Amino acid sequence: MEQLKTIGRELAMGSQGGFGQSKEFLDLVKSIGESRSKAEEDRIVLSEIDILKRKLLEPDIPKRKMKEYIIRLVYIEMLGHDASFGYIHAVKMTHHDTLLLKRTGYLAVTLFLDEDHDLIILIVNTIQKDLRSDNYLVVCAALNAVCRLINEETIPAVLPQVVDLLNHQKEAVRKKAIMALHRFHRKSPSSVSHLVSNFRRKLCDNDPGVMGATLCPLFDLISEDVDSYKDLVSSFVSILKQVTERRLPKSYDYHQMPAPFIQIKLLKIMALLSGGDKSASEMMYMFQLPSPQLLEAAADAISKFLKSDSHNLKYMGIDGLGRLIKISSDIAEQHQLAVIDCLEDPDDTLKRKTFELLYKMTKSSNVEVIVDRMIDYMISINDNHYKTEIASRCVELAEQFAPSNQWFIQIMNKVFEHAGDLVNIKVAHNLMRLIAEGFGEDDDDADNKLRLSAVESYLQIISEPKLPSLFLQVISWVLGEYGTADGKYSASYISGKLCDVADAYSSDETVKGYAVSALMKIYAFEIACGRKVDVLPECQSLIEELLASHSTDLQQRAYELQALLALDARAVESILPLDASCEDIEVDKDLSFLNGYIQQAIESGAQPYISERERSGMFETTDYHSQDHHEVTSHALRFEAYELPKPSVPSQASTELVPVPEPSYYSEPHQPVSTSSSVSERESSEIKLRLDGVKQKWGRPSYQSSTSASSSTPPRAANGTSTHADGGVASSSSSKPRSSYESKKPEIDPEKQRLAASLFGGSSLSRSDRKSSSGGHKPAKGTANKPPKENPIPVQPPPDLLDFGEPTATSVTATDPFKELEGLMDSSSQDGGSTDVMGLYSDAAPVTTTTSVDSLLSELSGSSKGNPGTYQSQTSKGPNSKEALEKDALVRQMGVNPTSQNPTLFKDLLG
Amino acid sequence: MIKAVMMMNTQGKPRLAKFYDFLPVEKQQELIRGVFSVLSSRPENVSNFLEIDSLFGPDSRLVYKHYATLYFVLVFDGSENELAMLDLIQVLVETLDKCFSNVCELDIVFNYSKLHTVLDEIVFGGQVLETRTDEVMKAVEEISKLEAASNSISLVPKSVSGWRGGR
Repeated sequence: MEQLKTIGRELAMGSQGGFGQSKEFLDLVKSIGESRSKAEEDRIVLSEIDILKRKLLEPDIPKRKMKEYIIRLVYIEMLGHDASFGYIHAVKMTHHDTLLLKRTGYLAVTLFLDEDHDLIILIVNTIQKDLRSDNYLVVCAALNAVCRLINEETIPAVLPQVVDLLNHQKEAVRKKAIMALHRFHRKSPSSVSHLVSNFRRKLCDNDPGVMGATLCPLFDLISEDVDSYKDLVSSFVSILKQVTERRLPKSYDYHQMPAPFIQIKLLKIMALLSGGDKSASEMMYMFQLPSPQLLEAAADAISKFLKSDSHNLKYMGIDGLGRLIKISSDIAEQHQLAVIDCLEDPDDTLKRKTFELLYKMTKSSNVEVIVDRMIDYMISINDNHYKTEIASRCVELAEQFAPSNQWFIQIMNKVFEHAGDLVNIKVAHNLMRLIAEGFGEDDDDADNKLRLSAVESYLQIISEPKLPSLFLQVISWVLGEYGTADGKYSASYISGKLCDVADAYSSDETVKGYAVSALMKIYAFEIACGRKVDVLPECQSLIEELLASHSTDLQQRAYELQALLALDARAVESILPLDASCEDIEVDKDLSFLNGYIQQAIESGAQPYISERERSGMFETTDYHSQDHHEVTSHALRFEAYELPKPSVPSQASTELVPVPEPSYYSEPHQPVSTSSSVSERESSEIKLRLDGVKQKWGRPSYQSSTSASSSTPPRAANGTSTHADGGVASSSSSKPRSSYESKKPEIDPEKQRLAASLFGGSSLSRSDRKSSSGGHKPAKGTANKPPKENPIPVQPPPDLLDFGEPTATSVTATDPFKELEGLMDSSSQDGGSTDVMGLYSDAAPVTTTTSVDSLLSELSGSSKGNPGTYQSQTSKGPNSKEALEKDALVRQMGVNPTSQNPTLFKDLLG
Repeated sequence: MIKAVMMMNTQGKPRLAKFYDFLPVEKQQELIRGVFSVLSSRPENVSNFLEIDSLFGPDSRLVYKHYATLYFVLVFDGSENELAMLDLIQVLVETLDKCFSNVCELDIVFNYSKLHTVLDEIVFGGQVLETRTDEVMKAVEEISKLEAASNSISLVPKSVSGWRGGR
């Protein structure tokens, strides 16, 4: 770029140039430019503000001066200083007749004021008047102000004038009127909903500029409601045709390209319109080549982009690859080395885009490499916003594709360690549940192994300094639940570790709560096994400290722990059975076990409980006592609860702590209660008794109950810089030492190629697996109505990213894509796989846009004529790439973290 | 929609800042500083696209171009095309270049109101209004001509002088 390089120009030119500034303005800019510190700049600006305050109050200021003062005000505000003292002068200027002042006034006002500012009321009238002005420049200035200053309430005041201006003789005015109307639509769609047809009409404006401007509102309207604009497809097609045939005036050319901005807008609109619509797409295909050729051309373009030295083009290449990968996976494979280069690129944007691409093409064969890479990157960046995103992606991929449990836990450990404060709390609860529930249905052995490996890894990590709170919660829970389960570690060892945690993070009450509960569980298991518990001195002191804690939660836990230590083995076992975290805790919401107690109380003359609602209701209607009496006599035991709600809470708790045989309560007859118990009473008893609290009191911070407790933790910015010691835990899961990726040899060194192979090719094992399975099914394929290629070796589906992948270019010939599609669907329904294919079709259709046909075709052809074995094994395995893609789309649409209950997770882990 | 247009020099001094949705001055400053710190940390010869969700909220993207001592920055949402925005910067710069014949940072600093006029002709209420340099030039010239004509030596009566409005 040449134009900006002539910097050494004399200051003097400023005074002669353009819109005429005075020396003062130049001096101001110059002195601010030369100031060496923020303080100095502030001093200059403050003195300038003083000057302006004084000058603006002078009577009879010449116009040019006045304009300059306002510009100086604007300038000052841009530098971040308060110029509100001058707002009224700017408003006043808009009233002025001369264009110079009026425009300056409007400019300043649009920059200063927000649409709800008090001063707007002084401007609306002027705007109204100016919109009717004969001078079109005045009208333009007013329209400019309309866009910014008119709020929902004032729209009706200017709307008629703006609509009139749609037919103004100057195209500049028409353009701006459309934009203003568009702005109204954005602000308050209801206020202009009856005027939407104007946009359609203006699409046919004589001036291409007006037409181009109309595309902006139409894009918005169409993205809101596609169906009612289908009739415009042919218009858009013909406009695009005219543009590409260079029938627009030469001035629309931009670097020899015919009106590229209009073309882009048009294509975007057409993508919206054709999404999932066959007839609309057909109309557009009139001049866009149908699928395979187009796809090939796109692939060619992408390969050019990726080979380019320009980072912008590389970025476009990666972006395009990410889009094309949904349709044809071979393309990514061709460019694997380029993609890996992008991962090493110094350009952060490019790196992130590449990670996005990798995320899209993750499957079980390459998940390890990709997630490893992502974690390395996650550790290296400081941007918390992006760190959160990439952490949640790691978790999602790990949940979805984890090849082994150990690997999963290891990955989760890393994520927690390095981004623990950033991940969603649900992820932690998920992990706990996973460890608790295990993965296999019957395979207890594997579950125990998994738990042991988790415990081992946590014991190793626990002594690292400064772990994130969430991670510590997980660690404490797992240690408490399974720390001693295997018998490998003694209770005193684990409890010592837990005490250390509680001591080291004494400011974090949630962690402490988890630690105390874990201690309680460990002691409970010990007692239940009949072993003698010797409480370590540090544990004892911790408990004592917590008994006097300010946090009622901690205090309660400590008291419970103390009470538990005094109980005998049988009682303890029924309170905290071993490995029962997955068992449902039944909460008797009606507190029916108290019925006997109530019976007794009432028999001995106590007042029955009357719910609050009823009490107030009674007062409204008639005499409380007579009514009450009547009620009681008619339904003998209408009120199931107790006299005062409060005291019954401790009584309930104590009854359960002391193992009073419960059947005694149940033996009491309580039929009349259950028949008459009303909803309102149940509700009220729920509220009063706070059953959540009761449950939590039980020292069983299972994932549900702990949500409420731990969600109150203040987020801590602590960020463990320590690195996780590899090796000890489940090192067998990673197929390759990570250090090998780090080498940065130029060009195609073998390491890079290996990385490429693991990223793109999948492991060799899975490759051979798939080959054999597909080979086994080969003969069956002969019956499929679409003739498969006869020589089996080249046809072998490459172990690519999408698994569907037949090279589309070879499998599909260029006929009407829809015809073929229908044929495929028919044939596949005969194959008996109809539901799946239909599912594919209906799922994919709305997601993809103009190119949807291609993707459908490739998917369909891949699934129907390709190896059914692969396909089936995929569906049974759960996560296939289509699901992953859809999920990706959904996740990115919603901007949410991975769902807590991902059904595919367990399926995959099983397989 | 375009959310903001900014120009700042390589020291981080804002030369122009226009936000198409109202933001209080402090927030504007914060964003300008944020953008500058991101831009200044990027190495030379890397791509011109950035995702900037952390500053401008979800689905915000940023395109910038670095000319000599100036950064030109456009912030926009997902309804705009990144490449189109990159070329819109080019259009803006080419227009300024024609306006000031060989534009440099000083022109931009000292012709603050003209700069706004040019920008308002290209981007209007957050939407791309005009991309033809000639057309923009014509409009700007017409405005300057009329403004010059209306600029006789008349005085501004100070009827507001004693009148304090504002916040």
